[in-house]
Amino acid sequence: MLKIVSPIMRIVEIPMLALQRKLGINRLAWAFLLPNLILFGLFAFLPVILNVFYAVTGGDNVLLADRPNVGVRNFASLLDCSNHFDPNSCREDKFWRAVWNTAWFVTLQVGFMVGFALLTALILNRDIRARGFFRSVFFFPVLLSPVVVALIWKWILQREGVLNAFLDWTGIGGINWLVDAQWAFTWSVFISVWAHMGFYTLILLAGLQAIPRDVYDAALMDRASAWRTFRKITLPLLAPTMLVVLVLALIKGVQTFDEIYAFTGGGPGTATTFIIQYIYERGFAGAPRLFGLAAAASLLVAGVLVVLTLLQLRVSKENADG
Amino acid sequence: MAKVISFLTATRGKGRLHWTDWVSYGYLCLGIFLMFGPVVWLVLSSFKTPNELDRFPPRFLPYAQETLEIEGYDSPLLAFVVTEGELAGQTVGQTRRAAGRAEVVVPANPSERIRLQADTLDPIEHIAFATENYTQLFERFNFLRFFWNSTFITVTATILMLLFNSMAAFALSKYEFRGRTTVLLMVIGTLMVPQTVVLVPLFLIVTELGMFNSLWGVIIPGAATPTGVFLLRQYMITIPDEILDAARMDKASEWKIFWRIILPLSAPAIAVLAILAIMWRWNDFLWPLIVLTRTENFTLQLALNSFQGELQTDWPSLLAMTVLTLLPIAAVFAFLQKYIATGIASTGGK
Repeated sequence: MLKIVSPIMRIVEIPMLALQRKLGINRLAWAFLLPNLILFGLFAFLPVILNVFYAVTGGDNVLLADRPNVGVRNFASLLDCSNHFDPNSCREDKFWRAVWNTAWFVTLQVGFMVGFALLTALILNRDIRARGFFRSVFFFPVLLSPVVVALIWKWILQREGVLNAFLDWTGIGGINWLVDAQWAFTWSVFISVWAHMGFYTLILLAGLQAIPRDVYDAALMDRASAWRTFRKITLPLLAPTMLVVLVLALIKGVQTFDEIYAFTGGGPGTATTFIIQYIYERGFAGAPRLFGLAAAASLLVAGVLVVLTLLQLRVSKENADG
Repeated sequence: MAKVISFLTATRGKGRLHWTDWVSYGYLCLGIFLMFGPVVWLVLSSFKTPNELDRFPPRFLPYAQETLEIEGYDSPLLAFVVTEGELAGQTVGQTRRAAGRAEVVVPANPSERIRLQADTLDPIEHIAFATENYTQLFERFNFLRFFWNSTFITVTATILMLLFNSMAAFALSKYEFRGRTTVLLMVIGTLMVPQTVVLVPLFLIVTELGMFNSLWGVIIPGAATPTGVFLLRQYMITIPDEILDAARMDKASEWKIFWRIILPLSAPAIAVLAILAIMWRWNDFLWPLIVLTRTENFTLQLALNSFQGELQTDWPSLLAMTVLTLLPIAAVFAFLQKYIATGIASTGGK
């Protein structure tokens, strides 16, 4: 390994040394930053600015010069509804279906996921044997790729799959899970919780283990009941971690796409189409490619995410300070 | 045995298990079943023959029916045991089957064909792991191509990311220069711009740079991550400045200090980031889906996703491919799970 790396590094040293002589040591920092800054600039900052231009232009041309200015018309058509709670009354009904699906999905997914993650973390924090093993059992699915997660569960849930076989055996009878809109949605929430729960369990467990042991010893001396100890010590001291976990889960939840797209393709109908899939379909999958609508929708999502991220930074900062 | 029992039942300080301990262990065992069960089922299923996969209700282990080599027949015949009638208990080879009736021969007397009701025949089976699902991946699909694409993207992007991010982290942790705070704020700023919300302009930029439908279109945009810069910077800050000063006394150039001193000393943090990077790139889906539209450029994830649409019923290939796709990550997990856990907990997993 070093044999390959060393010569390369030595060659890079020549221009870097020349730069160092010219700039001095401290200004050389910019040379070290340069590759990263170019990438950040090209693939993070420039897109943010360009996104605004796309959002106010129309047509299906990808080159900005060929796109006619349409002002706020993209936003207008996205937001044009006689009743925002009823997608059927909207011009872009698919957008609003995606918005409400996402809202429901995020609420349920984050609720169940954080709930189960907390329960799992509390149990893992007890005096149990083989804690490391059990921790990795719950963490394991986090590493699986979204497509693999989707296929694993599709195989189990298919018409002649193992779950239906079990239900047949118990006498309940099989169900065509992914053809029924409500079941498809329910299972989408389930596999998403299944795939990501371990990550939040890990963070919450770290939070629980950071609570000083002597606080509990003091509670034991005072003969406080387990429930009281939990409510008066564990919960308040875990609250900052919980907040971080909640906001992180929300940020990720809003961006849900991969595993559900591979799992249901957004269907049946639009039952599991979420906002990122809407953007993907408008901009890239369908014809004509409505980049303007996709960019406008992206900006709306970005607004939500920026608020959530600022909240997260603030919460983590408070945690670090407090 | 007694040791096992005492191991399983012992809790600290107390002699007996409290009922809450039972509930806890019950929950954890349910966890094993729910978390590992689906993956075990996938792996077992991938070793089943297509016939066995079509079977409903399915069986837990993969079985294969035994065959009989009988004189006068070119190919081996499927072996059955007769359950009723004159031949009850005998082993026979089936020559034909249609409309609920089967034509069989007894090995001892291959010339005489006997007709029986098909439901009086019980197949003779043994547990067998069929590898055909795997071998046909290489014959029927361009599997190696997808595997290579995924590997190339993962390895190249990880190396570039480690190099660029550690250079930036070095600059931000060890130099006092004007504009450092601005750069740090910029890095935080990029945290707020996930790829999912800049897909359209990103697509334009990548196309303009000539990287549409090229593996580089996936590699380059992912090569700089704010998470990586932060993770490495936090670690490099803890390296004492005196080491750098000593090296400068010895007239080492800054670049040499970077790669001969800082990089080796940051090895633990770099290892964590490397694992994360491998995971991100290997599992990446949405961006490759947009950039790579030609089949020969597909990564494993894209290939898996497109095949499940095209070959709705070809579960044998799909299952084998899924197993092969999760294998590298499972291997990484098995060997490095301690690092992964700490790495993900410390970065927020982005």
